[in-house]
Amino acid sequence: MSNTDESSKSSPVIEFREVGYRIANQILLKDISFSAFAGETLVLLGRSGAGKTTALKLINRLLTPTHGEVDVNGRSTTSWNPILLRRSIGWVIQESGLFPHYSVEGNIAVVPKLERWPQDRVNARISELMHIVGLESNLRGRYPHQLSGGQRQRVGVARALAADPVILLMDEPFGALDPITRADLQREFLALQRRLRKTVVIVTHDLREALLLGTRIALFDSGKLAGVFTAQEFANSQDARVREYVTPFREAALPI
Amino acid sequence: MLDFFIKNRGQIASLTLEHLWLVGIAIGIAVLVGVPLGIVVSRNQWLRKSVLGGTNVLQTIPSLALFGFLLPAPWLGARADRLAIVALVLYALLPIVRNTYTGIAAIDPAVKEAAIGMGMTDSELLMQVELPLSASFMLAGVRIATVTAVGVATIAAAVGAGGLGELIFRGVAMVNNQLILAGAIPAALLAIVADVVLGAIENRLRVPRK
Ligand SMILES: Nc1ncnc2c1ncn2[C@@H]1O[C@H](COP(=O)(O)OP(=O)(O)OP(=O)(O)O)[C@@H](O)[C@H]1O
Ligand SMILES: [Mg+2]
Repeated sequence: MSNTDESSKSSPVIEFREVGYRIANQILLKDISFSAFAGETLVLLGRSGAGKTTALKLINRLLTPTHGEVDVNGRSTTSWNPILLRRSIGWVIQESGLFPHYSVEGNIAVVPKLERWPQDRVNARISELMHIVGLESNLRGRYPHQLSGGQRQRVGVARALAADPVILLMDEPFGALDPITRADLQREFLALQRRLRKTVVIVTHDLREALLLGTRIALFDSGKLAGVFTAQEFANSQDARVREYVTPFREAALPI
Repeated sequence: MLDFFIKNRGQIASLTLEHLWLVGIAIGIAVLVGVPLGIVVSRNQWLRKSVLGGTNVLQTIPSLALFGFLLPAPWLGARADRLAIVALVLYALLPIVRNTYTGIAAIDPAVKEAAIGMGMTDSELLMQVELPLSASFMLAGVRIATVTAVGVATIAAAVGAGGLGELIFRGVAMVNNQLILAGAIPAALLAIVADVVLGAIENRLRVPRK
């Protein structure tokens, strides 16, 4: 509750200001403006190809806007040292993107080691994180190809949290999982986020997940922002692009 | 035949050592030049075409002709072993450069992007991700280069650089099969041993890539 006071609301942690992104003459994003505030979970929702991943990569400067600017902590990403910017942002990657030649502990330790933490602090942090994300300690030495999809995603989350970043970017972190494991991870994420209060931007194309996890939902539609909504606003919106999402969801829910 | 080997074992052994020395020095230099070159071309598209093209052309020059071309060069022509080593290095570059480059280029782009997104600098990306993931490829290149160099080095005797080729050339001139075999068998054994030893190292450097 302390996080919703006006002062933290007034200065966004992440702010898109009329952002456009194009490659050659293809427009991937056009005129995007929105903000994410401290401690909130902002969901980027949209169909495949809508530009969600592109938007996420603009935040940690894997891409730079071709129009407008993206501010992180009040500074344009282009004026940040990209290395410092990225190390202060945790990134959970679509399909996990773990380092195949590093074990679970090696993967989790990447950023702390880049930051030259002493080894005992790194070790303690690995144990702590494996516990937090629900990984058995006997998995410590396993390689990514020896893990289940769910376990890999947990490692991905632990790796992103390792150096305690203020911002967490998650690209369909629970995408390729069976519904039950997915529900487990979503529940754990909510519990975790209640404790950690990171500024989270999470990408999904699943409305159920968006409503469950998000404090607000930014709806992307073919490279444009259809609007930013609370769950309530989203459900009641008359916008055709929102209805497109809500209607099949309602219909699917009816027979139950 | 065996008698011949035993009687001449001193000479065969010293020529084998000489052969090994030529190949060893040449491969050492080729690795020191070729691996960085492979890394550079993995980062620079413009250099990639010219370097890979250039090393490719070198490889197509028949080895005897390459030794001949280098003979009139001032610094090289002065000493036969120097010339032989340079020629062997030129031959060894292509497999080493190409395999280094291919190993790095074949890394899953998502893994590289993850490394950059987590805040690795270019040198951290190279040392922690690209080199470990491509090490076995590089070693495969070194292995191919070494086995080839053992064979090509027999030609070095034509310019007086010594090695096992000396026995082979003498044998050809004297129409003496025993002499030819006294050069050819140890050379073949050297190539096999190099292949097995480097193959074993290659396997040890192999890491999961997916
Ligand atoms: N490097 C690129 N070159 C050209 N087009 C690209 C490039 N990267 C992405 N695109 C295109 O931009 C659009 C948006 O891609 P993006 O990856 O942001 O979509 P997304 O919303 O994350 O989709 P998904 O849910 O499938 O992951 C897509 O049409 C995609 O084909
Ligand atoms: Mg995506």
